[in-house]
Amino acid sequence: MKKDTSHINSLENEAIYIMREVAAQFEKPVLLFSGGKDSITLVRLAVKAFYPAKVPFPLMHIDTGHNFPETIEFRDRLVKELGLELIVRNVQDSIDEGKVKEESGRYASRNMLQTTTLLDAIEEFKFDACIGGARRDEEKARAKERIFSVRDDFGQWDEKNQRPELFDMLNGDIELGQNVRVFPISNWTELDVWSYIEKENIEIPSIYFAHKRKVFLRDGMIWSAEDDVVYRDEDEEVIEEMVRFRTVGDMSCTAAVLSEAVSISKVVEEIRDSTISERGARIDDKRSEAAMEKRKQQGYF
Amino acid sequence: MEVLKIATAGSVDDGKSTLIGRILYDTKSLTTDKLEAIEKTSKQRGYDYLDFSLATDGLVAEREQGITIDVAHIYFSTKKKSYIIADTPGHVEYTRNMVTGASTSQASIILIDARKGVIEQTNRHFFINNLLRIKDVVVAINKMDLVDYSEEVYNKIKADFSELMSKRDYQDQNITFIPVSALKGDNVVNKSEAMSWYKGAALLEHLEQLDKADIFNAGTPRFPVQYVVRPKTEEFHDYRGYAGKVYGGDLSVGDDIIVLPSKTRSKIKDIYFYDEKYETASRRSSVTITLENDINVSRGDMIVKEGDIPVIDKQFTANVCWMDSNQLTAGGKYVIQHGVNKVLAKVDRINHKINPDYSGIDKEATGLNINDIASVTFKLNKPIFYDQFKNHRTNGSFIIIDTQSNNTVGAGFIQ
Repeated sequence: MKKDTSHINSLENEAIYIMREVAAQFEKPVLLFSGGKDSITLVRLAVKAFYPAKVPFPLMHIDTGHNFPETIEFRDRLVKELGLELIVRNVQDSIDEGKVKEESGRYASRNMLQTTTLLDAIEEFKFDACIGGARRDEEKARAKERIFSVRDDFGQWDEKNQRPELFDMLNGDIELGQNVRVFPISNWTELDVWSYIEKENIEIPSIYFAHKRKVFLRDGMIWSAEDDVVYRDEDEEVIEEMVRFRTVGDMSCTAAVLSEAVSISKVVEEIRDSTISERGARIDDKRSEAAMEKRKQQGYF
Repeated sequence: MEVLKIATAGSVDDGKSTLIGRILYDTKSLTTDKLEAIEKTSKQRGYDYLDFSLATDGLVAEREQGITIDVAHIYFSTKKKSYIIADTPGHVEYTRNMVTGASTSQASIILIDARKGVIEQTNRHFFINNLLRIKDVVVAINKMDLVDYSEEVYNKIKADFSELMSKRDYQDQNITFIPVSALKGDNVVNKSEAMSWYKGAALLEHLEQLDKADIFNAGTPRFPVQYVVRPKTEEFHDYRGYAGKVYGGDLSVGDDIIVLPSKTRSKIKDIYFYDEKYETASRRSSVTITLENDINVSRGDMIVKEGDIPVIDKQFTANVCWMDSNQLTAGGKYVIQHGVNKVLAKVDRINHKINPDYSGIDKEATGLNINDIASVTFKLNKPIFYDQFKNHRTNGSFIIIDTQSNNTVGAGFIQ
């Protein structure tokens, strides 16, 4: 049998190559795990990259405290089954320590606040490389991102002065205090991730599949009415719909989409025919045209 | 279905971003929300057409100045292929970005404004594509709508460009001329009705037809060892796997191999991809291989087939594209990263600077400035195992790292 290199396999080969470069070039790497499909895909790739040895780095979850409960249950089960090490750091702790201030109002979210907790954790553990599941097709500032993206002592992204990346060569040389954000699935699209999940038969949290949920409508988007953290005006009427989530970020800024897709193959079909981009349901990107670029400069993923 | 990576090159206002936007639009790759965002911003700025460049120019500074500063990656797919376009800026001061974008691409599109024809920048775009040995190049003659879709104009540009082609170093490059109007959509995804005199394929049609032989340069297998897998578990007690990516050609179980630099001989015992065994590892697959003999192999070593070994040397000459604002001068010390191998290097001499527009060389050059291209000889503190770039794109290229800033400050192609 020949190991072939068709489309999804060539993306997988590239990602595995990047995972191995991280393990070889850095002393203390960590895989940032959110419980979402992209980071679940990363875990799968890491397991495959080092088999039959164990994944040589831990996972870290920056918990906003606003996660879908299904995601947390899933996270804990996954690390247990695979025998991985998991570090959790809470945004709530950063709030309690007075390092960040909770936003208020109808668009309040903890998405921005994550950055402080993440940067503190990087410093606490002296991580020199953080592997993340960001993809260039997600958003136009991310389209400019390198695979090895250097952050300074303050975790900041200098978008105008990025290291050129040529051929397959990844330069991970840094000074003490700097760290590198690594994006092994940079070149994957949302459909690629789903096709991979289907091909590998990877388990994902149930909220990615169509389910009945109490929701309300605002700004043409569908919000969960089942969780307290999503702000809802009294006059915003609650209805029940068949929905699923395309991303599983902070509940307060992640909207649902109407869907009948109850299996992975149905989800793949649905995305293939979709006319709305994945981040179209993320209110955090809609704040301004440069919302993502600004957050990234400050150290956001 | 392979992934096809394409680099684009064009001068300011040649309509490069518009071309990409047109491809996305006509292949229905732009989602409603992205299209709405483009409509909204185009309207805000008072344009009476959709500005597709807004889909690709991702940074604030780029949108403000209306130019592309950094390489952006754009993704779309058809039923036949998945495409990644590296949209690179075309200005002189962004030569390094063009080199970067072209380095990961197998095909490229050079844009020419039909009203302006072949200009000095076209020479440079072609030079870089040829230097990097991109196998398939499309010369898209754009804005044909503004020259009344004239066959004469097209033929004149084609003739001028052919003159340029006679000067190229890499003669086997496939070059295809296509007259297009990105703004109106002629010959981009759909064949143009206004240019019935053009009998060739539309741009996307041409790209769809490319197969592996058209986009990959043949080579010999090279396996740089990236990582040694030692599980140290009961089940895999004596397992020593060498993880890496296969470049240039295939490797198979039973192949007689030599490990460099020790020149130890062995045979490939098993090829693993995750928990499955394979007979053959194709080029560009990330596998783990085990050897018949228990020998010492570490990261940076290279496994090659017997009778087919690369050059092993502590000195080489290469064409270098300099990418840093600090000059490169003779005597300068750097780290050279060749594949996954890092060695200390000293600039022995700058042989000559090459004008990247086919206007000749400068033998008197003493220092390289940002965006300069030159022939440079390096001496290394230990040998590397290389091929000439013309024979092996991966094993014949390297990057230069500044020992102070750790930045990637240059790229080289071994002669």
